[in-house]
Amino acid sequence: MTLSRRIRRPLALLPGHVVLVALAITALAPLLLVLVNAFKPRQEITRNPLALPTELDLSGFERAWQYGHFATGLPNSLLLTATTVVVVLVTAGPAAYVLSRRLIRIVPIAGVYFLMAMTVPIQLFLFPLYAAVARLGLLNNVVAVGVIVAALNLPISILLLRTYFEQIPDEIIEAATVDGASTVRTLWHILLPIARPGLITVGIIAGLNAWNEYLITSTFLQKQQSLTATLGFLTMNGTFTTDQTAMMAGAAILIVPVAVLFLLGQRFIVDGLVGGAVKG
Amino acid sequence: MTTITARASRGALGRRLRGERLAHYALLAPALLLSFAIVLVPAVATAITAFTDWNGISSSPAFVGIENFQEILADGLFWKALQHNVIWTVLFLTVPVVLGMGTAVLLLTRRRSRSVYQVIFLLPYVLAAVTNALVWLNIIYNPIAGVVGYLKDQGLAIESPLANLDTALYGVAAVDMWHYWGFLTVVYLAALRQTPAEQVEAATLDGVNAWQLFRYVYLPHIRSTVALMFVMIVIFSFLAFDYVYLLTQGGPAHSTEMLSTYAYTFAFATFQFGKAAAVGLVMGLFGLIASFVYTFVSRKGFDA
Repeated sequence: MTLSRRIRRPLALLPGHVVLVALAITALAPLLLVLVNAFKPRQEITRNPLALPTELDLSGFERAWQYGHFATGLPNSLLLTATTVVVVLVTAGPAAYVLSRRLIRIVPIAGVYFLMAMTVPIQLFLFPLYAAVARLGLLNNVVAVGVIVAALNLPISILLLRTYFEQIPDEIIEAATVDGASTVRTLWHILLPIARPGLITVGIIAGLNAWNEYLITSTFLQKQQSLTATLGFLTMNGTFTTDQTAMMAGAAILIVPVAVLFLLGQRFIVDGLVGGAVKG
Repeated sequence: MTTITARASRGALGRRLRGERLAHYALLAPALLLSFAIVLVPAVATAITAFTDWNGISSSPAFVGIENFQEILADGLFWKALQHNVIWTVLFLTVPVVLGMGTAVLLLTRRRSRSVYQVIFLLPYVLAAVTNALVWLNIIYNPIAGVVGYLKDQGLAIESPLANLDTALYGVAAVDMWHYWGFLTVVYLAALRQTPAEQVEAATLDGVNAWQLFRYVYLPHIRSTVALMFVMIVIFSFLAFDYVYLLTQGGPAHSTEMLSTYAYTFAFATFQFGKAAAVGLVMGLFGLIASFVYTFVSRKGFDA
């Protein structure tokens, strides 16, 4: 390789680097503004939201914690997320197994039903569902809403898990069946350990969707005691728009844990997001 | 003797297979029943409600025929909302798709920095709509204590795009696209990476340029993913709700009204559940058309 080529190659890559760095800054800038301003007194934010803090003001976090109802919101969000994840795994796992093996005649119909259910607008079933939930006295019930959110996550979860089960060779299942293992035992002792990465991926995606949910939770959870963390933070909007420090601190409370968990579990999240769209 | 044993075992096997089949139905049942209870039954109820004057409480709603539909179709606001959904679809089929595909192609050859960029681009996508919307609303679009306000203080002729009737829709779409496009990068990149390396090498040895390499080697391999994403974007553009409702509630003066916010207002602001159901049904119709396309494309994608 001659010297000129060695120089020319990095030069040819330069425009690409510029584009990538610019887009990375665009993606991160709003979130960095949150971190910068969460520690600044409000007058400093008004003066220049782009400047670094001159002193560390932690009082915003205190006010955000109190007025964003995080003390009840975070446990509610955890309960909602846990309910959704458990219900999704317990129902989608066995269903995906049956769908992956085409074991019974209704499998193709069920498959098409779940594909359709994935793209149905929430507004198509929200209003009668609201009336039914209200009549059952389950409004403001976090667990009930967790089950509803789980039902909405079922189609994509089944679709993802099915591809994991399809990768398991028939011989393994046949060997177990010949040895006299029942379907349930095959599922529990042989398929579950093999499909574990798939279950973790689906659990994380469903959990993320539950944690981030807005339309369903804001419709069904309206009492202050039942608000999720994001909905509690939302109540600060409008009344606290003059207290930018508290708003940014509240946003930081919500952003930082999710960002950290995302960094730790990014492999599973990327797998789950890609799995539904790219054939493996 | 042997025939008797064979028959006996066939009977036992038959019983066992029947038992297994029951077990398979039992494994599928919880998921199906849950989805029926939450999605299918209420959706059917919506279809019926759309032809009544139900207010969400009354136990004896009156049948009003197609009156709800007639009123909606005669309402200028419905057409305005539909138009906004169409604009939204066009925006999302261009800006995030171009950004996503462009960055995916750039990252394809950058093996070392690839994962870092992926994480950065995807971060807004994994954060809650509430958080993202409030961050933009308060620290960027805010005309007093946000970036917009700061630039105005510096003498720039700038205002919050959400306050202007002509720009509000684009201001809302910008936030939603900011949060969304990184998802496409990750999906497109995963698809591109499945192109067999031998084909890429062979084409490179033949001396094709970058565009030819993309057009004739990579694109045929990622076509089903691109088509699937296209259909998904269309579907979700007709359902868009979160960012619109959080940033503007459909305002100012209905300049960001979408079908979803239009239906939501009927149900929960004026308690016209019948009308809300009718709009829901119309949205469902768009969704259904797209669902058919989606089912067709994805089945083809899975079986091919």
